[in-house]
Amino acid sequence: MSEERTIAAPQPNTETQEYWDAARNGKLLIQRCKDTGKFFCYPRARSPFTLSDNIEWVEANGTGTVYSFSVMKRSKTPFTIAYVTLDEGVTMMTNIVDTDFDALAIGQKVKVVFKPTDGGPPVPMFTPT
Amino acid sequence: MSLNGKAYIAGVYEHPTRKAVDKSLPELHADVAAGALADAGLSASDVDGYFCAGDAPGLGPINMIDYLGLNPAFVDSTDTGGSSYVVHVEHAAQAIAMGRCKIALITLAGRPAAEGMATGTAPRVYNQAAPDVQFEFPYAPVVTNMYAMAAMRHMHEFGTTSEQLAWIRVAASTHAQHNEHALRREVVTVEDVVNSPMITTPLRRLDCCVISDGGGALVVVHPDVAKDLKRPKVKVRGCGTAVKGQLNGYVDLTYTAGRMSGPRAFAEAGVKPSDIKYASIYDSFTITVLLQLEDLGFCEKGEGGKFVSDGNLISGVGKLPFNTDGGGLCNNHPANRGGMTKVIEAVRQLRGEAHPKVQVANCDLAVAHGTGGSIGTRHCSSTVILERE
Repeated sequence: MSEERTIAAPQPNTETQEYWDAARNGKLLIQRCKDTGKFFCYPRARSPFTLSDNIEWVEANGTGTVYSFSVMKRSKTPFTIAYVTLDEGVTMMTNIVDTDFDALAIGQKVKVVFKPTDGGPPVPMFTPT
Repeated sequence: MSLNGKAYIAGVYEHPTRKAVDKSLPELHADVAAGALADAGLSASDVDGYFCAGDAPGLGPINMIDYLGLNPAFVDSTDTGGSSYVVHVEHAAQAIAMGRCKIALITLAGRPAAEGMATGTAPRVYNQAAPDVQFEFPYAPVVTNMYAMAAMRHMHEFGTTSEQLAWIRVAASTHAQHNEHALRREVVTVEDVVNSPMITTPLRRLDCCVISDGGGALVVVHPDVAKDLKRPKVKVRGCGTAVKGQLNGYVDLTYTAGRMSGPRAFAEAGVKPSDIKYASIYDSFTITVLLQLEDLGFCEKGEGGKFVSDGNLISGVGKLPFNTDGGGLCNNHPANRGGMTKVIEAVRQLRGEAHPKVQVANCDLAVAHGTGGSIGTRHCSSTVILERE
């Protein structure tokens, strides 16, 4: 149930600043390719479907399901890495936090929580709903 | 242009060290270069093509060519992680087929054990400017938990079990007992594997490969060169390479880029998986082997757990002998890059020079398959099909 691990700070750049600014405001952003209408992940300046810059930021619902996960036991502070599939259909890497790791299962419904990092913007993590 | 028959592997060498406290990194490259050239019956002055990857210090081929005293007309430093050296076989065959060189030397070396590297469990940023790092590194992805997520998903979708994964380690260890250089020679049981300490669910210590120093080298030559050499002839029949990542956010961890690289190599070779007598399959983890066997077409997707069970990968016991040197799981994973040793053991098998206890009878067709990077995020798979002539 412990996640007092120090979380490394992400290093935003001009391409990704909007994502991290939103994170500071407790919002999870994803991107949509306006040519194809499809969401994509992780954030980037051009659509990976078309290489067009005709893209937009969209605030995600912040809920999804666990696609896969692994509980690191060989660590001073056990932690859980996961891929979470958002309601919008894209899957992002994250940690599952504030829960009993041994009770986790694929398909578990989760919601976003933002956790502070070591000197950088907060990062989106997920906890069971 | 097909590469089928355009090049031969004439020399191979695997460094015997597994912890190189008394060897520098360039020295290990020189050792394996000399070893492979001697195996082929060639000398350094014959080399007119040189290949190395990210393990080579400095600016790769520039520093190594100067240090080794080579004078090649063709160089290539393609780095696809642990699969680089399988890719290099393909690129060497291309260069030879195009007339750019006739005798290509490929080297790999590293000393992560001597340097005390916690390869599998320590978070590392390979390059802060890589576009994915800021969206992943805060979550502490390491080598083991990335592969573990692939295993977890495979178990969820197909009912694969820890005991089935354990059979892969059992097979590797059964082979490693005969390899005097193998780091882990003890034969283990399924129970030993599933009772070994959990590293990151569902992968246990014995699901993971060794961390070792050393290296290896290959000499790839033009057919005209091969016919004048005394060693058994090992022909390059087919090659294929592919990269797979997170699919723009539509992540699917149930398959690897081997699903693309394998069919390309088999098509070029004009053979089927069922024709293969011996398989060198990248084994950073047990799950790596299972996924790649499915992707290369040795069994249906989802059937890998059943396929590897009951000793099916053990030489003399099962239908598909694999990694008869003990593989990365038990023998050697030099520089944390296992593609080189995959090609070397395949060549030994085709020459009939594997250990007699693991030598496959009438081994005339083999596959060597490597995967570099991480199947949990993004990786490059490369497949080469080799034939004894």
